[in-house]
Amino acid sequence: MPIVTLIKEDVTKQVEASTLKEVYEKLKINPTIVICTKNNELIIESTKLSPKDEIKIIPVISGG
Amino acid sequence: MPCKFCKLKPVITLPNSKINLCKSCFTRYFEKKVLRTIKQFSLIGKKDHVVVAVSGGKDSLSCLYFLNKLANKRMEIKISALLIDEGISGYRNKTMIDAEKFCKENNIPFHIASFKKEIGLTLDEITKKLPNTIPCSVCGVFRRYLLNKYSRKLKATKLATGHNLDDESQSILMNQIRNNTALSARLGPLTGVKRDPRFIPRIKPFYLLTEKETATYAFLKGFDIEFNECPYNTVSFRFEIRDLLNNLELKYPGTKHGIVNSFLEILPLFKERYKNMEINSCKECKEPTSSKICTACFLLKKLK
Ligand code: SF4
Ligand SMILES: [Zn+2]
Ligand SMILES: [Zn+2]
Repeated sequence: MPIVTLIKEDVTKQVEASTLKEVYEKLKINPTIVICTKNNELIIESTKLSPKDEIKIIPVISGG
Repeated sequence: MPCKFCKLKPVITLPNSKINLCKSCFTRYFEKKVLRTIKQFSLIGKKDHVVVAVSGGKDSLSCLYFLNKLANKRMEIKISALLIDEGISGYRNKTMIDAEKFCKENNIPFHIASFKKEIGLTLDEITKKLPNTIPCSVCGVFRRYLLNKYSRKLKATKLATGHNLDDESQSILMNQIRNNTALSARLGPLTGVKRDPRFIPRIKPFYLLTEKETATYAFLKGFDIEFNECPYNTVSFRFEIRDLLNNLELKYPGTKHGIVNSFLEILPLFKERYKNMEINSCKECKEPTSSKICTACFLLKKLK
């Protein structure tokens, strides 16, 4: 299962998913206000994920 | 699905159109759209001295990066950066260093104006003295006040901010809900209802780009986009509106573009309606205001 780090919440979890879209759905994340990186490169919702992938989800909302 | 144009690995799916773009195609798309915004709304002219308001956050640094690049191509435009230090412990410190470093590396004149020095109190101190006031509204009043005063001092002809489509759609909706058309008249990619030498016109080059697009651009340009949240940002009307709009955008894609584009259609009417509004000089500080005393001085009185 891909390992997902949520930057805002500062937590890491494993999520059963084969694409980024599924990760967003399972974690109830609004994809219009985050970006996601894998190995420090941006990926998009349709990107396929393999069980060993580690991804980071970063909110795009500026903090004030 | 690869990039629509060159089949390379995509970095973003564009909102609304659902087109995938790779790194270089996205950068081209983004910069073209900003240039088009600048042209369409006549944001920057020859010989302009643009002061960019920077917070050190991704939006303002990307804006500074872009305008500096433009100035390097069009020699007659001058760029400076102005940072307002509100005095929020643990928040601005790092972003301030980022902003200063960037300016140094790119030979951009960098100026700081701090709440502490200019009004005698940090925002942290102000919120302790006014526990019943929402920090963001006080913060906004003093920040706008200092930005205008300082950019005028720096002989700016334009004041640029990193505001994007998300920010603008929030402001439009907030003013609607509060029935404040006078404030709406001051929105738009080029602000100001009428020209007055005391007011430096503000420009928003990223006006038509979403927050997600701006963050993607910032990431690709190597700016720190790690999440950094102001400790006061949970308690404002704006943040409620922001969440509302984000939920609507997910359910009804195009919501934010719709709000901003329809607003642009009626903005000339708002401006027309308020164009004869008198601008006075504040009795206390001589800064421009529509009343007798400006909001900054009004707040300062409460703090004394
Ligand atoms: S979130 Fe509010 S208090 Fe914090 S910097 Fe922004 S406007 Fe100021
Ligand atoms: Zn491409
Ligand atoms: Zn005043």
